[in-house]
Amino acid sequence: MSTTTDPSGDPVAELPASLAEIRDEFLAVPERERLQLLLEFANELPDLPERYASAPGMLERVEECQSPVRAFAEVDGESVVHFYATAPAEAPTTRGFASILAQGVSGLTAQQVLDIPDEFPLQIGLTRAISPLRLNGMSGMLTRAKRQIREQLATHP
Amino acid sequence: MPAPLDTTEKITQYAHPDRLVSTDWLAEHLGQQGIVVVESDEDVLLYETGHIPGAVKIDWHTDLNDPDTRDYIDGKEFAQLLGSKGIGRDTTLVVYGDKNNWWAAYAAWVFTLFGHEDVRLLDGGRGKWIAEGRETTTDVPAPDTVEYPVVERDDVTIRAFKEDVLAHVGNGPLVDIRSPQEFTGERLHIPDYPEEGVLRGGHIPTARNVPWATAVAEDGTYKSREQLEAIYQEGGLGLASDDEVVTYCRIGERSSHTWFALTYLLGFDKVRNYDGSWTEWGNAVRVPIAKGTEPGEAPASLA
Repeated sequence: MSTTTDPSGDPVAELPASLAEIRDEFLAVPERERLQLLLEFANELPDLPERYASAPGMLERVEECQSPVRAFAEVDGESVVHFYATAPAEAPTTRGFASILAQGVSGLTAQQVLDIPDEFPLQIGLTRAISPLRLNGMSGMLTRAKRQIREQLATHP
Repeated sequence: MPAPLDTTEKITQYAHPDRLVSTDWLAEHLGQQGIVVVESDEDVLLYETGHIPGAVKIDWHTDLNDPDTRDYIDGKEFAQLLGSKGIGRDTTLVVYGDKNNWWAAYAAWVFTLFGHEDVRLLDGGRGKWIAEGRETTTDVPAPDTVEYPVVERDDVTIRAFKEDVLAHVGNGPLVDIRSPQEFTGERLHIPDYPEEGVLRGGHIPTARNVPWATAVAEDGTYKSREQLEAIYQEGGLGLASDDEVVTYCRIGERSSHTWFALTYLLGFDKVRNYDGSWTEWGNAVRVPIAKGTEPGEAPASLA
């Protein structure tokens, strides 16, 4: 990951390719169609792996989300991150956010995830289509994922 | 010409039976000339996953709120919005949504600020329609644009601002419809909801706490008139139907649900919703709050 500078002169961490691709996908379509794209992500949210599906209590509740969503970022023995989440069908926006992170974060190294800019949710062109308040939900998921990763690195460095 | 009324016994008991329709009524009248069904949800994508056939979507945040000022759109924007959805001034609107109609009631309240005459809520909202296995579609209607007049928003009759509430404390009932934990100040926001950045927890002095859900039956419909009277009037909160009441919550959406119940189901004629609600009051400079389970006294500074 390289570092560039934004117009104000502050260094800005570049997005990992997986997230940059998702961002570009959103920015490539007109604002109105971005909702439809988010819905596609919502529909693609993978089911939980068996060990979590049978014990959803292992996943942490994301309080910033308007709907009950549980998510967990797991660091495996190779220091690669896997992001799992579950949210009900009647919460498609939340499912969409979770799916973006599941697709964009899984497979990255722990350090790459920790380096994702916290303002990533504001960079995918949904601020007007969705409202900043609703985007808090994705920020909450990202913040928690980073904390979970730090905790695991601290326990099993 | 307004659509016929729902003559179900439960609905005819209410003070204004022209404001609520059952899912049966809607299924029967769906697609009729002069009726437009509006879905208004908390989840901005829910409509896209499937909605009542023919329903148009109006989002509280991206359609009804002004993007720059914390306020609603103006008369001109409202006329454009409704006209673009095929709604005329004499259209019968049936509004429904998720979360027990919080946002539907909020939309109905905003439509009423603009004096739209015939606004009805679908009793039980989206949840009931779906639970009953009724038809939904992902087809988005493309209505012909209709001429909707530019009407000035009435910010006096059913809307209260912070200054109005300051003048109201100690002089009339205030109903705080948030959760008990938000009321006491133990929590700053709804459990499991986004933190909206309120500095202090508690309630407006003298306010009494009747969580919005108290008005709702298990299937998400409003309770019967008799049950609602027992909650808000004699034997309950003790309000009289000619009291000047102010309701509030966090941003004004859940309190719209109670505004609707007091105004149309019980026939109160002076209920105002304070849409600034706790996200304004809890942050405002030199504004008193009360903590704990008691309503608290009106501060001398407000007398």
